[in-house]
Amino acid sequence: MKYKLIFSIAKSLLLARWKQTLVAAVGVTFSITMFITLLSFMTGLNKLLDGLILNRTPHVRLYNDIKPSKDQPVNSAVAYKDYHNFISSIKSSSSRQEIYNSTTIIESLQRDKRVVGIAPKIFAQVFFNAGTIDITGSVNGIDVEAESNFFHFNDYIVDGRGTDIKNVANSIVLGKGLATKLLANIDDVIQVTTAKGEIFQLKVVGLYQSGISEYDKSVAFASITTAQKLLGKPASYITDIQIKITDLNQAPKVAKEYAGLYGCDAEDIQTANSQFETGSFIRTLISYAVGITLLIVAGFGIYNILNMMIYEKMDSIAILKATGFSGSDVKKIFMVIALTIGFFGGLAGLLFGFLLSSGIGRIPFNMTALPTVTTYPINYSLVYYSIGFSFSLITTYLAGYFPSRKASKIDPVIIIRGK
Amino acid sequence: MSEIILQAKNINKYFHDPVTVKVLNNITFSVNKGEFVSVTGKSGCGKSTLLYILSTMDTDYEGELLIDNETMTHKKEKQLALVRNQKIGFVFQFHYLLNEFSVLKNVMLPGLKLNKFSEAEVEHRAMERLKMLGIQQLANKNANQVSGGEKQRVAIARALINDPLIIMGDEPTGNLDKKNSEIVFNIFQELATEFKQTLLIVTHDEGFAERTNRIIHMEDGNIVT
Ligand SMILES: Nc1ncnc2c1ncn2[C@@H]1O[C@H](COP(=O)(O)OP(=O)(O)OP(=O)(O)O)[C@@H](O)[C@H]1O
Ligand SMILES: [Mg+2]
Repeated sequence: MKYKLIFSIAKSLLLARWKQTLVAAVGVTFSITMFITLLSFMTGLNKLLDGLILNRTPHVRLYNDIKPSKDQPVNSAVAYKDYHNFISSIKSSSSRQEIYNSTTIIESLQRDKRVVGIAPKIFAQVFFNAGTIDITGSVNGIDVEAESNFFHFNDYIVDGRGTDIKNVANSIVLGKGLATKLLANIDDVIQVTTAKGEIFQLKVVGLYQSGISEYDKSVAFASITTAQKLLGKPASYITDIQIKITDLNQAPKVAKEYAGLYGCDAEDIQTANSQFETGSFIRTLISYAVGITLLIVAGFGIYNILNMMIYEKMDSIAILKATGFSGSDVKKIFMVIALTIGFFGGLAGLLFGFLLSSGIGRIPFNMTALPTVTTYPINYSLVYYSIGFSFSLITTYLAGYFPSRKASKIDPVIIIRGK
Repeated sequence: MSEIILQAKNINKYFHDPVTVKVLNNITFSVNKGEFVSVTGKSGCGKSTLLYILSTMDTDYEGELLIDNETMTHKKEKQLALVRNQKIGFVFQFHYLLNEFSVLKNVMLPGLKLNKFSEAEVEHRAMERLKMLGIQQLANKNANQVSGGEKQRVAIARALINDPLIIMGDEPTGNLDKKNSEIVFNIFQELATEFKQTLLIVTHDEGFAERTNRIIHMEDGNIVT
């Protein structure tokens, strides 16, 4: 096979100049290492920060907004059907916060293949009583298992046990900031006053810290039943249905569909958090830019070294041509040299990138916002490894292309005459 | 009636730098199979220029060149490379070997490129030729570890590896002492008489030329005899 010959010639030329070759390869290795490390680390951080919001935000949320009814009675009156009716001073009816037919809706959602998880929720506005002071806040009635599975509720419990709200009657999990304000600890009993003026005693079974301190100062969690009791509502009463779907990007479409289907409001995650993607995008972009810049610099290194090598090897190239190697053979030989540098340099870069990023992944990192995170987050995604490797081959290909072409065009007569 | 190996028809060659000068003027001649031809002439008369054209490396000329009854004029670079590989063995004045390779590998390379024989066979053929030239003991030395005279013999072995139709040399003994020149000449002679190898050798050495079958004498870009 002719390629075997080309490889063997390329190898000999490489080894004859192994120091320069090594320098060139180290350039590639360095840039790929940095590329991998940077992206793994940056996207790891991105994921973590996005997770702060994404983990806790349902992809689609079904609820009933407080707003005036669209169908005012006058519009349905037969007598005024063909008229344009002007109604002024419409008021919202507050009685409609409940999602009607919630049980049926949940059942139908469970059959929907796009849905990964469903967590019902009740939102209750209350006052937490601390001596003479009342702190406004809210109690979220949750299904603690669904909430943990789909929205990582348990990850944010810093003290006590979240699941106890289901097991212990009349129990509550307080936001850390709120607990501090109330001077409440685990097993203490606190008092809340509902919007309707009723007073309840609830036992603190856990503390919750989301990392968003303003939120932690006013939030508390209880079981669905407890929340229903607080509001004096029947067992079917639910104000929110939180839905996690398979494809996040489908959320706006799905939300629209559900709103029509179930006759309630539906909000998708993109609308709820329109900002969060921008930050991640910029950070990722910067990482790519830096990584690719490094690679281009390495590419110039390869270009220089190949040019030098070709300059030194003019005589050899002339002999090869005189003895029957064509210009394209010579070109292939130098392309193989370039790609070998790219291949091995890149491979080593992947290895070192992995080692360096896993090293960073061991550095302790404590974030009050995320009690479950103890070291720097690293995203070990194969995608970056394949991009890094492809880039190392592409850059070395481009860096090798022009010198190789130059080598293929060397006129043996000029070299032989020049002696 | 012997077979014609190489034929030059009305070859003209100009150099344009710095001014246009005609260095070859209507060169017409042919070389028959088995002939040992030497080309002589004053320095600057165009011998090397002619040889580069005949060896297909220089394609910038007027006229026609036939090797093995096939026209070389207007052939593509790749096809010409193949012709050089198969049909022409070249020996230079300076011992052009690839220093990255061993002596043996240097001899083998054109054979491997031709890809007609397996690697083992090419190696065997290379050893045969080294033996014939009395330098088999150098086979595994690096190309830059052998003397000038030895290098020239290695270059001859390399030229012979693909059983070329013709061997061309541009002052192959020009850079060697008397003794080594003699060795190289004897090799050529032996190739010509025993193996009926066709040879076309440019030389300054009158003694060398006189002992060949035929002398082509050049003056100012013309063949005079
Ligand atoms: N690249 C070039 N550009 C311009 N003129 C050239 C070039 N190469 C050679 N010449 C001229 O062409 C003429 C023939 O050169 P050539 O090398 O063929 O001579 P030669 O017969 O081989 O001489 P020598 O015996 O010294 O080797 C010379 O006058 C030389 O100056
Ligand atoms: Mg000359």
